[in-house]
Amino acid sequence: MSILVFAEQRGGALRQAASETVTAGRVLADTMGVELTAVLVGPPSITGESEKLGRHGADKVLLGSDEVYGEYLPGVYADAVVAAVTTIDPKVILFPASALGKDLAPRVAARLKAGLASDVTEIRFEDGRIVAVRPAYGGKVYITVAFKGEPAVLSVRPRAYMAEEAPRDAEVQELATPNSSQALSKVHMAEGAAKERPDVAEAEIIVAGGRGLQEAEKWSLLEDLADALGPGTALGASRAVVDAGWRPHDEQVGQTGKVVAPPLYFALGISGAIQHLAGMRTAKCIVAVNKDPEAPIFKVADYGIVGDVFEVVPRMTEEIRKLRSED
Amino acid sequence: MKWLGRPETTLNFVSELMNIIVCIKRVPDSEGRIAVGGDGTSVDTQGVKFVLNPYDEFAVEEALKLKEAAGAGSVTVITLGGDDSKETLRTALAMGADQAILLKGKPSVDGLGTAEKLAEAIAGREYDMILFGKQAIDDDNLQVPAMVAELLGVPSATVVVSLSVDGKSARAEREVEGGHEIVEFDLPAIVAAQKGLNEPRYASLKGIMAAKKKPLEEVDMGDAESRLEVVQVMNPPERTAGEIVGEGADAVPELVRKLREEAKVL
Repeated sequence: MSILVFAEQRGGALRQAASETVTAGRVLADTMGVELTAVLVGPPSITGESEKLGRHGADKVLLGSDEVYGEYLPGVYADAVVAAVTTIDPKVILFPASALGKDLAPRVAARLKAGLASDVTEIRFEDGRIVAVRPAYGGKVYITVAFKGEPAVLSVRPRAYMAEEAPRDAEVQELATPNSSQALSKVHMAEGAAKERPDVAEAEIIVAGGRGLQEAEKWSLLEDLADALGPGTALGASRAVVDAGWRPHDEQVGQTGKVVAPPLYFALGISGAIQHLAGMRTAKCIVAVNKDPEAPIFKVADYGIVGDVFEVVPRMTEEIRKLRSED
Repeated sequence: MKWLGRPETTLNFVSELMNIIVCIKRVPDSEGRIAVGGDGTSVDTQGVKFVLNPYDEFAVEEALKLKEAAGAGSVTVITLGGDDSKETLRTALAMGADQAILLKGKPSVDGLGTAEKLAEAIAGREYDMILFGKQAIDDDNLQVPAMVAELLGVPSATVVVSLSVDGKSARAEREVEGGHEIVEFDLPAIVAAQKGLNEPRYASLKGIMAAKKKPLEEVDMGDAESRLEVVQVMNPPERTAGEIVGEGADAVPELVRKLREEAKVL
């Protein structure tokens, strides 16, 4: 009996999401008293990364290193996970709810005819059943679901479990590349599209702007603040400014964007529509700057400044630069 | 990287016939307040307006553009739901879809049961492409498109922000962390639309009138199998208002001090 975790890599390096998913798996494995196995597939350069999975608590690693895993090919990756499932017959299968995990988990669940709980924030083992909590309706409600059968397939929301150390020497076992692997598509990364900032769903800090910024050009103020805060900082946006075409949709926070839970969230010139609040209210610490003291955003903010974003934000950048230079 | 505005969707289409199926869902409007139901295991949507799932609007729009570019073909909208979903099908017909199919039955809690019903209904039909919205904004499962692709054994691309079709092959850009992934595949295929794929059209008055006369087929499918059950529906964790540190730029040093010393997040 065991738990299987899909460890995500990109370009031969483990992603943060992998460490978080292994941590979620370790916590569950301890409560269930079972072994934790990670399946890691990637290009040949991935081999050195398997030891990191032991550091976060994997007892065993099924390693598939092959050129065929260089890019994410849905059918090929699904074959690999199903091969791992056949090898260890897990009760629970965990994926990160990343772009890749959200695409792969449903395929694996469909092949196994298993139930899938997406984007969960908490997993428990109660009365012999796997139970999970997941936000729905863009975070307006939280639903607790229980699995009727096995295996239970779940994808874990980024930042719901912070990666922790639980070191052990993981036994590495080779996962043979299934012969049946069939690619129905070809995949490659778009040239020049890579951004230097993390994705809004995975960031440590989010600097988000709304209509109060008045125009797209003013985003340089937010970029300066994000730069001062450091490399783990992402830019976020309200729906209004995405709809206006000021910012790309992948930065949108809220019900028709991303639901986020970073340690620190700056809401700058954002009044706080229901669908936006639902998407960011689980941030650990929320800072709001708005000129309207009655703005709904202040009802969820830990710290607020009533004032003009064009005066307050540059001052924040200055003070944080000072702080960082003293560190 | 500076963002230079919304990319144009390119349609390089040289086929002469394009049959497209769009799977849609009726959902509560995103502006609506969602409450926990009295039994604690359901969602109370009383008084909330129901709409065509916003991501499905992009799917319907893309289907119409593909058909228009091809010059011939048909757009069929399908949903699994109750009689109230007819209104949602009519919305898509008013946008320009040619016909609608209501699969009468209840969607599943998880995505697989719904995907099985859709795959079963679609399997016997001819199609070049099946479009979906990337997720429904009620259950936020984000499962059904990839599951239907697995069940039908066709290629697919999810969370698509740009699509071009050339004869019987297609090229899609998917949104991934920090960039876009380009996926190339042959038709028939499944594409799940992300916001940004296009600008959905509004239904014209003429379109709304015409929608009333368009064919709407009803098929009894029975309820989809749920492999998960809902144990409890809760409000999100309570969050109480904190403090207003002060007014204007002069309050910033105190804010930064609090973030470092009290909240310990800097």
